[in-house]
Amino acid sequence: MAAATGVQAPGLAAAAAAGAAGRAAEPVHITIRGLTKHFQGGAVYDNFDLDVPRGKFVSVFGPNGCGKSTLINLIAGLIPADAGTILFGGKPLRETKIGYVFQNYREALFPWVSAWSNIEYPLKLAKVPAPERARRVDRLVAHLGVKIDLKRYPYELSGGQQQLVSIMRALVVDPEVLFLDEPFSALDYEMTLFMREQLQRVFNETRTTMVLVSHDLEEAVYLADRVLLLSRRPATIADFPDVPMPRPRSDETLSDPAFVLLKGHCLEIFQREVRKA
Amino acid sequence: MRRETFLPLVGVAGLVALWYLAVWARVVDPVLLPPPEDAFAAMVKGMAGGRLGYDFWRTVERTAYAIAIAAVIAIPVGIALGSNERIYRSVEFVIDFFRSTPASAMFPLFLVIFGVGDMTKILVAAFGAALVILFNVAYGVMNARKTRLLAAKVMGATRFRVLTDVMLLESLPQTFVGLRNGVSLALVIVVVAEMFIGSTDGLGHRVFEAQQLFEMPDMYAAIFAAGALGYGLNLLFLVVEKRFVHWSGK
Repeated sequence: MAAATGVQAPGLAAAAAAGAAGRAAEPVHITIRGLTKHFQGGAVYDNFDLDVPRGKFVSVFGPNGCGKSTLINLIAGLIPADAGTILFGGKPLRETKIGYVFQNYREALFPWVSAWSNIEYPLKLAKVPAPERARRVDRLVAHLGVKIDLKRYPYELSGGQQQLVSIMRALVVDPEVLFLDEPFSALDYEMTLFMREQLQRVFNETRTTMVLVSHDLEEAVYLADRVLLLSRRPATIADFPDVPMPRPRSDETLSDPAFVLLKGHCLEIFQREVRKA
Repeated sequence: MRRETFLPLVGVAGLVALWYLAVWARVVDPVLLPPPEDAFAAMVKGMAGGRLGYDFWRTVERTAYAIAIAAVIAIPVGIALGSNERIYRSVEFVIDFFRSTPASAMFPLFLVIFGVGDMTKILVAAFGAALVILFNVAYGVMNARKTRLLAAKVMGATRFRVLTDVMLLESLPQTFVGLRNGVSLALVIVVVAEMFIGSTDGLGHRVFEAQQLFEMPDMYAAIFAAGALGYGLNLLFLVVEKRFVHWSGK
């Protein structure tokens, strides 16, 4: 299985634009071995292996229906795997604090309570006392420099504000891993650009391991430390290149020749996988 | 106030005008169709300390008991059935069947079991309303947004917390639809029951008695009182819903 060795294979690493040298020392956070998932249409994942590095931002990109979202749903335990093991620093999921941001913020937030209560909800589930909950939400708001009236109900906020509230709800528990499933695809372009910056800031501040599913290659590369390029079903790792651009990144990053080259490389692999159909 | 506020009055004025026209043209025997002001006078007189007011409140009382009994039984059962789709599917046909059965067809059965008292009228109405509420609550729970349930699950909510924190609130808008339909049905059943099952009071009894005695203004007054009651109950539930289920339709 190409996927089984793909992550560490020197040949593939060399194919990445740069940064292969530091990889051997990179600590692994999520270890996936032998992951198998069948849907009615056949295997989405068949004996799939992957190592997600700790404290890095990984973007997942691939052809339509290859199982990008399925991958993070399997890792986050939203859907059960048929076989395989997934460990977070050696621990199983139930001993790991994770955050998950859904594409459909409208249906993910609770409309019956205020934005503030939405953010505090996971702390309530964890039986954190009320004063401590308030302190932690306040700290997060200050930390991210959020300027939303959190006393409002979610449906009174704009799309971007609602998604920001979902991200805060996922972050308030200080998760070890944050999963984001196409979080900005329901937003207009202006808001998407703004939210990318917000997310980059959150990552720079917290250095939480993040796994983002994106259907926008530029966004995937721009935000990531590594881009996981998947093949068609059953998904294998087509490539997993480093994105060595320094942070914080900005609009200039987008026109940086190294960035353009890397994006071109990813596009080429994507096209190759699409044509395989 | 804006002009649009008064638009609904146009229909009312039109109806009254038609009524006058029918009286003036003698389309119907004047004994059967008195002029509007006679019916209106009978209504004011009846509601202000007369028989009609007493009958009105008796009907309100019975409908309120019926809807309370129905809600207390149907809401928990609806939640239990809705949260387990397999169980709901197994009883769906029975619920649909009795929901479609005219509740008035159950009168004789309830009479045999509960006798000719108030209890029978209230229970038949409660039976009809309960099935409507149950059906709506169960569907409200079953149609809870999947993303929201997953969101609660991924944040670490147990099955019980998902039920109390998400499913229950998700089902509230649909529960209110059930309550509104239920209260309308309960009122219909109560009024019909008051007409026929050995009644001595209630709006149904008032309409029926006035008709038997050819007291036509009283009969029209009782009909309009029943209409006002139905409209008022629906409005009441709408206001309560707007207040407590502020996210409905958003």
